[in-house]
Amino acid sequence: MKKSTVNILLVLALVAIFAVSFAIGSNHTDGEERFSGTDGAATSQIEASHPDYQPWFEPFFSPESGEVESGLFALQAALGGTVLGFAIGALYGRRRKPEADTAGLAATDPEPATG
Amino acid sequence: MHIAEGFLPAAHAVAWFAVSTPFIVHGARCVIKESREHPDSRLLLAAAGAFTFVLSSIKLPSVTGSSSHPTGTGLGAVLFKPPVMAFLATIVLLFQALLLAHGGLTTLGANVFSMGIAGPWVGYGCFVLARRLNWNVNVGVFLALAMADLATYVVTSLQLGLAFPDPVSGLAGSMAKFLGIFAISQLPLALAEGILGVLVFRVLTDVARPQLERLQVLRASKLAVA
Repeated sequence: MKKSTVNILLVLALVAIFAVSFAIGSNHTDGEERFSGTDGAATSQIEASHPDYQPWFEPFFSPESGEVESGLFALQAALGGTVLGFAIGALYGRRRKPEADTAGLAATDPEPATG
Repeated sequence: MHIAEGFLPAAHAVAWFAVSTPFIVHGARCVIKESREHPDSRLLLAAAGAFTFVLSSIKLPSVTGSSSHPTGTGLGAVLFKPPVMAFLATIVLLFQALLLAHGGLTTLGANVFSMGIAGPWVGYGCFVLARRLNWNVNVGVFLALAMADLATYVVTSLQLGLAFPDPVSGLAGSMAKFLGIFAISQLPLALAEGILGVLVFRVLTDVARPQLERLQVLRASKLAVA
């Protein structure tokens, strides 16, 4: 199978997993509760089973509004995506110019004649 | 897997810090050593860290009607061995604890243990096993990412179960309850993370084959194996 065909199939599998998850998940939850975080569910579980427990430490900073919070999560994704993209881009450029690469890699032939 | 700020009794919080700290220090040393001795793997290190950074920022819907984070720690564990991930996961968790009030400083030790230590080691173990069995490297990568993700959440459930034993059914009951919250939601996410990991790994195989061969993730050539 061609390399690009495999990649497309993998992406389709990803989309399918989330389409199915979303459909099944939407079906057996109410509008209000839909797709709330599991981390929050664990906290609620503790509050329900141990009503006496008092959290003994508070975050210094807490994004009170959901909008600000999702913005900060987006910032985290953007930072990570930028670095990941830069790293892969730089590796790609390096592969194109093997002469400019460090001398230590000279021993490795990317395409052995015997293969 | 983020245990919320203040939601572990102080004794548990301290104990998890004591367990995790040596791994974090060792991991930091490994990162420094790797980037000093092999400057050509810095870009791959950055890629592994960035992959976790992105994945743990995304909440994805699951079949149970709740949403949860992937962890993305399996990729770095496969590329650079698990110790490196203890340090990289700590950076991610610190960022989220300080800026997003997600997870926390008091629960950092416990969260690093689940996401940065237990997950990567389980994932790496699966990768090594798959290679021993001579399975395709992509199958190994898939298993590593999916199992690192799942193991992280199983360990979180155990940690919470230990800290908050059920008044009626005790330790086993509370662990089962937390596993009920986390594990099933995490299954489709773990599958998805495995597939995404294979996609990224295929790209890395394309652009960084010499580095992956030096790290012994890929075998140098077919002749060397025979």
